[in-house]
Amino acid sequence: MKLLNHTLLYLSASLVFILSIWAVIFYFGMMDEVYDSIDDGLENYKMLIIKKASRDSTLLRKNRFDESNYAIRPVDKDWALRATEEFKDTAMYMEYEEDYEVMRMLTTYFSTPQQQYYELKIITSMVEGEDLVADLLHALLWLYVAVIASAFVINNWVLRKIWSPFYQLQHELRSFRLGEDKAFNPPQSRVREFQDMNQTVSELLKANIEVFQQQKQFIENASHELQTPLAIAINKLELLLEQSQGKEEQAQLLANAIQYLERMTRLNKSLLLLSKIENRQFTKEEEVNFNERIRTQSEDFEELLQYRNIRLEIIEKATFKRRFNGDLADVLITNLLKNAIVHNYDGGRVVITVDENGFEVANTGKEQALDPAKMFNRFYRSADQPSSTGLGLAVVRAIAQLHQAEIAYRYNDKLHRLHFRLPHRM
Amino acid sequence: MKLLLIEDEQGLRDNIAQFLQNEQYIVEMAADFRSATEKIALYDYDCILLDVGLPDGNGLNLLRSLKSNQKRDNVIIISAKDSLDDKLEGLDLGADDYLTKPFHLAELNARIKAVLRRKALGGRNVVTVNNMELDFDGRTLWIEGVEIHLNRKEFDILSFFVVNKNRLIYKSALAEHVWGDHMDNADNFDFIYSQIKNLRKKLKEHGANLEIQAIYGVGYKLTV
Repeated sequence: MKLLNHTLLYLSASLVFILSIWAVIFYFGMMDEVYDSIDDGLENYKMLIIKKASRDSTLLRKNRFDESNYAIRPVDKDWALRATEEFKDTAMYMEYEEDYEVMRMLTTYFSTPQQQYYELKIITSMVEGEDLVADLLHALLWLYVAVIASAFVINNWVLRKIWSPFYQLQHELRSFRLGEDKAFNPPQSRVREFQDMNQTVSELLKANIEVFQQQKQFIENASHELQTPLAIAINKLELLLEQSQGKEEQAQLLANAIQYLERMTRLNKSLLLLSKIENRQFTKEEEVNFNERIRTQSEDFEELLQYRNIRLEIIEKATFKRRFNGDLADVLITNLLKNAIVHNYDGGRVVITVDENGFEVANTGKEQALDPAKMFNRFYRSADQPSSTGLGLAVVRAIAQLHQAEIAYRYNDKLHRLHFRLPHRM
Repeated sequence: MKLLLIEDEQGLRDNIAQFLQNEQYIVEMAADFRSATEKIALYDYDCILLDVGLPDGNGLNLLRSLKSNQKRDNVIIISAKDSLDDKLEGLDLGADDYLTKPFHLAELNARIKAVLRRKALGGRNVVTVNNMELDFDGRTLWIEGVEIHLNRKEFDILSFFVVNKNRLIYKSALAEHVWGDHMDNADNFDFIYSQIKNLRKKLKEHGANLEIQAIYGVGYKLTV
């Protein structure tokens, strides 16, 4: 849920509550004022009638309301003295409304100078409570809608304006990738909270980038430093191997040791290559014809393919020719090709399809799709390939990333397909 | 044949020296830029093995001064840096070959022999083993004067064996020499065996007087 809707939700919920309370208070306050004003009017009327009655005795015989709004009838002195003046709501048939309507009635008692006691009833029309409540509710509903609508509009506008540095920051962060050269530019803002946040984020990222750089540097340095001792160890074992001629068991042990050291060397080389790609040390680009390179590289695998009885097909739908680093193009093709052969079965198939924006290497293999989220990770390998470095596809991905290319995995028709595609030529 | 080995890493220097001495070369050594400069100025060598990353100077500068002094010594660059630029620069400066660490000693041997063969004037870049002649320029093989057709890889295999004759060749050294750096999956080396079998058959058919011996799990050996 968006922040905007969040505030609106709270606002509308609390407004229902606030407006209801307000409506109740308002209703009673208003009714009180209405009664007060009506009762004052009745009181005034009473004075006028009593005054007039003392001059004009015909008034005293008007014992029905009829067209006017008062009635007088004589009462006992005792009754009159005991009774008190009283305001009350009563219903009366209204000709106009053709219905009984609420009226306010004042019942009071007075005496003439002749010691005659009378009861005086004065009525006046009242505000209709039900109608008032209905009107009030109606008005409230509109008010509520209007308030929410304007809150929505204002909120939308204000929040958007106020939170724009936040959204910008969010956008920056979303497009930020560790290891990419793109600098992080936090948006400018005059709001202190945003300034603080931007600074905190910037510092956090800076620290992260530094750690990342150090780590990359470390991997590169470490693998570089390992290179020489490994070379020496292998060479020493080779010398020993020569001296052990005729002693087959010894030779085999030595060969085995060399094999493991070579595996380490390969691992090391791949790591070094990976670091170099990620550190952008392959800057030189040339016009690379991938079709040609794929054909040449495939030749190197000819014997291996033959030995394992794997059929290689190269389908050239178009020429894929781009500016690319030559070394990396070779590494890319070799790694994909090697991957397709190593994870194949004897008698299987490898199909390379080249089109104008890329190429796909498809191979038979285990009849089960791989996890595309994991397969490009470093040191991800299947259990039946213990001697592979698990870095081949990581290198492929690093090369793709360096060239803003896409590397996608698909499994269909019993073929594992890895598709390398460069964006369209500008 | 006199070689100069310029390498600052002692372990590597000892290995290479021992190996080359076994090959009957006279090997002199220099551990740094200064002593290497001295040696180069004083003596002539048939081949100089030059590590470019020396502690007190860039080996490429040594190569530059060598060439500017009109010295005819052949140079093979040994570098820990596997970069194309370095390689191109070295070869541009007049180096004869370039080898990236780590390398197999058999590979180094093949490179040195190739350089020395080219240097040995008289033009024909040919190695004779018993009744067999291997022409490196034409990449052809003659047995008893009859030309035998070999494909590129068969020739590479045979030539590697020939320059490293009577030596146990570790299988991955052979694989790297013939198929290059990326053919490095140790589990796949079995396919080499079938290649060797073919080659062996061809040699036998034409009566070559040599034997390629397979040593299980280790490698191969050409016995003359």
